[in-house]
Amino acid sequence: MKQQMPINIIGAGLAGLSAAKTCAEAGIRVRLISFQPSERAQSNLAEGGINAALNVMGEDDSTENHFRDTMKGGCDLADPNMVRNLTQDAPDIVMEMDRLGVPFHRENGHMVQRNFGGQKKKRTAYAKSSTGKVLTTALIDAVRKYEVQGLVERYPHHRFEKLILRNEAAAGVLVCDRYSGKETVMAGRVLMACGGMNGLFAGATTGTTANTGSAAGVLFEQGVEFANLEFLQYHPTTVSITGKRLLVSEAARGEGGRLFYYETDTPGHPEDTGVKRYFLEEKYGERGNLMPRDVISREMAMLGRQVYLDLTVLDEKTWKVKLSDLRDEIIHYLGIDPACEPVPVSPGIHYFMGGILVDEHHRTNISGLCAAGECACAYHGANRLGGNSLLGAIYGGRQAARTMIREIAEDMSAGAAYENTLCVDPESFQDGAADPADTASSFRTLTEEETLIQEKMSQILMEGMMPLRDGKLITHALTELEKLKARAGEHEKRTDEPGGFSDECRAKLLLAEATLRCALERRESRGAHTRLDFPQTDENMRKTTVVRYEKGEIRISFREISRL
Amino acid sequence: MKKILHILRRESAQARPYWEDFYFETQDAGATVATALSSLHAENRISPAQGSRFRPVIWEHSCLQKRCGACSMIIDGVPALACDTRLSQLKGDTVRLEPLRKFPVVADLLVDRSVMMENLKDLSVWLEAEAGAGSEDMAFEASRCLQCGLCLEICPNFAAGGSFSGMAAMAPLSRLIARLPEEQRKQTARNYKKGVYSGCGKSLACRDVCPAEIKIDELLVKSNAAAVWNRWNSIK
Repeated sequence: MKQQMPINIIGAGLAGLSAAKTCAEAGIRVRLISFQPSERAQSNLAEGGINAALNVMGEDDSTENHFRDTMKGGCDLADPNMVRNLTQDAPDIVMEMDRLGVPFHRENGHMVQRNFGGQKKKRTAYAKSSTGKVLTTALIDAVRKYEVQGLVERYPHHRFEKLILRNEAAAGVLVCDRYSGKETVMAGRVLMACGGMNGLFAGATTGTTANTGSAAGVLFEQGVEFANLEFLQYHPTTVSITGKRLLVSEAARGEGGRLFYYETDTPGHPEDTGVKRYFLEEKYGERGNLMPRDVISREMAMLGRQVYLDLTVLDEKTWKVKLSDLRDEIIHYLGIDPACEPVPVSPGIHYFMGGILVDEHHRTNISGLCAAGECACAYHGANRLGGNSLLGAIYGGRQAARTMIREIAEDMSAGAAYENTLCVDPESFQDGAADPADTASSFRTLTEEETLIQEKMSQILMEGMMPLRDGKLITHALTELEKLKARAGEHEKRTDEPGGFSDECRAKLLLAEATLRCALERRESRGAHTRLDFPQTDENMRKTTVVRYEKGEIRISFREISRL
Repeated sequence: MKKILHILRRESAQARPYWEDFYFETQDAGATVATALSSLHAENRISPAQGSRFRPVIWEHSCLQKRCGACSMIIDGVPALACDTRLSQLKGDTVRLEPLRKFPVVADLLVDRSVMMENLKDLSVWLEAEAGAGSEDMAFEASRCLQCGLCLEICPNFAAGGSFSGMAAMAPLSRLIARLPEEQRKQTARNYKKGVYSGCGKSLACRDVCPAEIKIDELLVKSNAAAVWNRWNSIK
């Protein structure tokens, strides 16, 4: 029998690692392809914890509660079947991570969970404010074992260039070794785990610079369906630091932190001497500070004042045992000791609920292509609950891998090797150097003009995708983007740089336009998408926004959400 | 704040290295070396080296908040993360940037640190069975290692290709040791002695440059006690 073609996993954060581990455990070979090693992935930045209804806090929690909270938090826009599976398997995921040696917080030997936004029970397992880091470390170790066995082959400094399509199915990927500039075709199924599209909003998110959004852009240009791009999560408690937004973990509020503003009626009177108004508690009661992120960010945006996070109420033990790393970070970057004085915070872009459209099995509209983790639109609907992203990444990676393993088994039993079903001629299509015409001649960097175009693109998107938007604002952004595209077109014509105008830049402009168009077309307010001109939630719009690039045009449609 | 960035550059591993100066000005008091490197355009060049064509400076970056270890380099002679080094804390008008010396240069400030990953494979850094009870605190501390390589750069005992893998291997091994299943003790102890214990001269220079401020000495003492002196019960 022919040897199975390895699965190409793009991205080595939690979703990619989880997928690689799942495949390797089943004896399926994979290539783990990433721009940088796993230690640099955005997964490492996740702070507050991972959700699972372990029911260890004596609060009578259940996976059913977790399901309901996740659906409600996402304003009923997620596929309930996917959320059902996610929440049911969550305890298994957390226990598996525990077996891998993840140092979840324990008291007297028992795992302890904390409160998190949008959840009525203490359901978030954690390791201080570094949960993403300790989970990633454990999965890196687990995958290393399979690297040595040869089941996982790492390509840790390789850029995804494009999907290779044969008969409208994913037949492989073109990747570029960014150390040598050499491009290589890697044949086989493809699993995208490439993270959020932070690069569309460069410098304005809590994420990493390595998540440029270019892989997503290229896939979109190649005809992969995307969904719900208008749902952009603004995390309520972020702070601007040099080059990015710094996240102040929701765990701070889970442990008792409160949001307030200073009220002062006297013009010219310094705001910070007025009366403290705990506006969320006033409006939503006791759990006001732990409302879902979309609600709090919207309230803050409507308020239009400087809001402060009051953590002075936390006791010494909580700081020491549960949040010491967060305190150090705030002191380091802001010069404020949060145990002594309130921290000024504001909403910042933190997570992309939208992304590559996947079905319950993480399949895309392209056969042989699956997606998982933040790059996929899967579990979070119109607003993601804190603690569900780490879960979604690990679980999603596992599910996508299982789908591919199943497909491989089906192929094998039908006696039809994947190559044959694709009608790929093994003589002309196999691993190896790409067509010499495609090969980059040297270390590729963006030209000056491309850098400037991308900076302008981010600025336009920021303005169009503000937490509170309206049709006028979005239309204006689209007009500006049109001008920018014209400028890019001019540049493309006259450039004499090797390789010309980069595919990456063009694809990102396209994805930017798709994002704005999704926001324009959804004429209602729901979750993270607040339209000032359509303030109500429209029950008829409880549908998935599907966006696709076809015959040179961006097409948007709304698709029914499956029932349970 | 005004600074001149004096950068050791080369177009590729084979190319001839050269110095190029860039001018950087900012109002941002918190600006770091990473901020400066992110903002360099053609007009920032002072007396362009290597002809007139501007070539963007190549360096590795990702999180910009010292949680990922990407932007390791030598800043004014000291190994550090670019995102963890504020320009205001550097003396003088000129900041000298060089790539790490113990790893092969790919281009400009980008080096190939894959030897670190290879060492961890050689030392079988993974759990063979379900993690045992042990010390959550120790596992947490060890899990925080960024694999940035700064500890190796400053270490008087580490050389790429040598048998001593340095603290960048000690921390991951300590993570295992903190919750090691009993049946794996022999194997891990052997690897720990080979890769860490036998080569460490305990200068502890690593502790001074670790951007995660990992308590390296504590981890080392605990791991030595368990893996070298067979005092596994000391890990609680």
